[in-house]
Amino acid sequence: MTIDKIVAQTPKSLSKVEFSYCPGCHHGIVHRLIAEVIDELGIASKTIMVAPVGCSVFAYNFFDLDGTVAAHGRAPAVATGMKRALPDRIIFTYQGDGDLASIGTAEIVHAANRGENITTIFINNAVYGMTGGQMAPTTLLGQKTTTSPYGRDAKANGYPIRMSEMLSTLDGSAYIERTMVTTPQNVIKTKAAIKKAFQVQLKGLGFSMIEVLSTCPTNWGMTPIESMKWLEDHMTKTFPLGVFVDRTKGLM
Amino acid sequence: MKMLMKGTEAIAEAAVRAGCRLYFGYPITPQSELTEYMAKRMPEVKGTFLQSESEVATVNMLYGAACTGRKVMTSTSSPGFSLMQEGISYMAGAELPAVFINVMRGGPGLGDIQPSQSDYFQSTKGGGHGDYRMIVLAPHTLQEAAGMMNEAFELAFKYRMLVTILVDGMIGQMMEPVELPKWTKPEEFAEPDWALTGANGRKPRKVTSFDLDPYELEKMNLRYQETYKKVAQNEVKYEEFKIEDAEITVVAYGTTARIVKTVVDYARKSGIKVGLFRPITLWPFPYDRLSEISKNVKNILTVEMSYGQMLEDVKLAVLGKSNVHFYGRSAGVVPTPVEILDSIKKIVR
Repeated sequence: MTIDKIVAQTPKSLSKVEFSYCPGCHHGIVHRLIAEVIDELGIASKTIMVAPVGCSVFAYNFFDLDGTVAAHGRAPAVATGMKRALPDRIIFTYQGDGDLASIGTAEIVHAANRGENITTIFINNAVYGMTGGQMAPTTLLGQKTTTSPYGRDAKANGYPIRMSEMLSTLDGSAYIERTMVTTPQNVIKTKAAIKKAFQVQLKGLGFSMIEVLSTCPTNWGMTPIESMKWLEDHMTKTFPLGVFVDRTKGLM
Repeated sequence: MKMLMKGTEAIAEAAVRAGCRLYFGYPITPQSELTEYMAKRMPEVKGTFLQSESEVATVNMLYGAACTGRKVMTSTSSPGFSLMQEGISYMAGAELPAVFINVMRGGPGLGDIQPSQSDYFQSTKGGGHGDYRMIVLAPHTLQEAAGMMNEAFELAFKYRMLVTILVDGMIGQMMEPVELPKWTKPEEFAEPDWALTGANGRKPRKVTSFDLDPYELEKMNLRYQETYKKVAQNEVKYEEFKIEDAEITVVAYGTTARIVKTVVDYARKSGIKVGLFRPITLWPFPYDRLSEISKNVKNILTVEMSYGQMLEDVKLAVLGKSNVHFYGRSAGVVPTPVEILDSIKKIVR
């Protein structure tokens, strides 16, 4: 049998290593989208990835790219060092919400503020996944986690932090968008957003970040389908989708 | 031609001449002039200077830049060096070469901004987590510090290790004539075969300090230990000053050793035969040579600007073969030659 037309295949930029993610987790979808974008832009040979600490700590091995793992929260500083050493390479960080929105706030804020010409893919699932579902800075008010067993209380724990909105106030941020991957349509939108973020870097326009709202069925204690519904019904109310800054008009 | 230079500036210029083109740093006294020098100098040599938002960020920028196989460095002072310990541990685990300058000041905590040697434990025993080592060089003059920069980068790349040049605020702030080292040519520096540069026509490379499989992580650790063993065998450095006929040998490094050299001459004029043993590599520490020396001298006096940190290594080397004494001032107080001479007199008389 000969193949007339390939309609789907594993992206070249993904390695053969099997994903370690739980059923229903969105990391796998986003990994695939990043790999497809890198393939389509033909930049695999000049791309270096910086993986975080968290569930996606293994991401450096899931991509068939040069890569490293940064200390918790420090990926934007590591990426900065790489980009300053090799300005013509494409450098991206992949970070979760504990990594980016808690321990690594200083690094992400200052990388964005410098207009560091790197791309960040930010996975926000409102909990610490790897350590077993503790409260994150992005945990919704009232949401139960192992360290907010009675529900997140604003008086004790403050409010869910909106990183995309915050970073969009900085002049160095060129493109910031929040998306989700709960439906085929949203997957397509997310892929377009990721592609745009990498194109922003290719054009040298400054810092770009795509925040993807994601599920964590294991730690949320829900089925994958229930998680998708919870994400759409609750997370998007605190974290609305959309483009928060776009300083690329007329430049791309 | 000798130039009158400040310590921090001589070190910075020597680093540029050694081929360093990537400097990341954060201002902190008493070494901010090094950062300022690099801010001005790097653009002149088409290098990169970046002022980070914190020492935590600095060391991680260094990590990222070191991943690309370039010669990278930073400089800081004690509280900043503490903040860098996390990244230092990660870099050691990822076997990344880089050069750190720690211009020590009085501690603990915010302490003060005067010279001190109280980061000896932190530098030589590992201030970060895990079983790692870094090479620690301790120059005692500006000339020696400037002359060491090229060697520091060579050691870092030869062994894929971190190298710290440990000086104190005295060497950082003092001015004296320096013969600057010769230029190395950056283009003659070959890109290492582990560098992350983008997998162009080759298999992707990974640089990490990470493996969840304990047996795999053990293999990595055993490899580090092999490297450390080689360094300890091959790279120990020290200076012996008038120890042949000494009735008492002083062990001191850095600024303190320089003061002791004055004391040695003073003491000899008044009939006390004093010698100086000066470790140049604090890690690896010259245990073997000091052990030999201790067989032939009754008294050994350790002098430090701390309350006895190197003293522990001296005792380990001597292992009871001679009497080990200690004199130290710390917290930014520099001991005077008279004080040191008095403590020698108390021992020999």
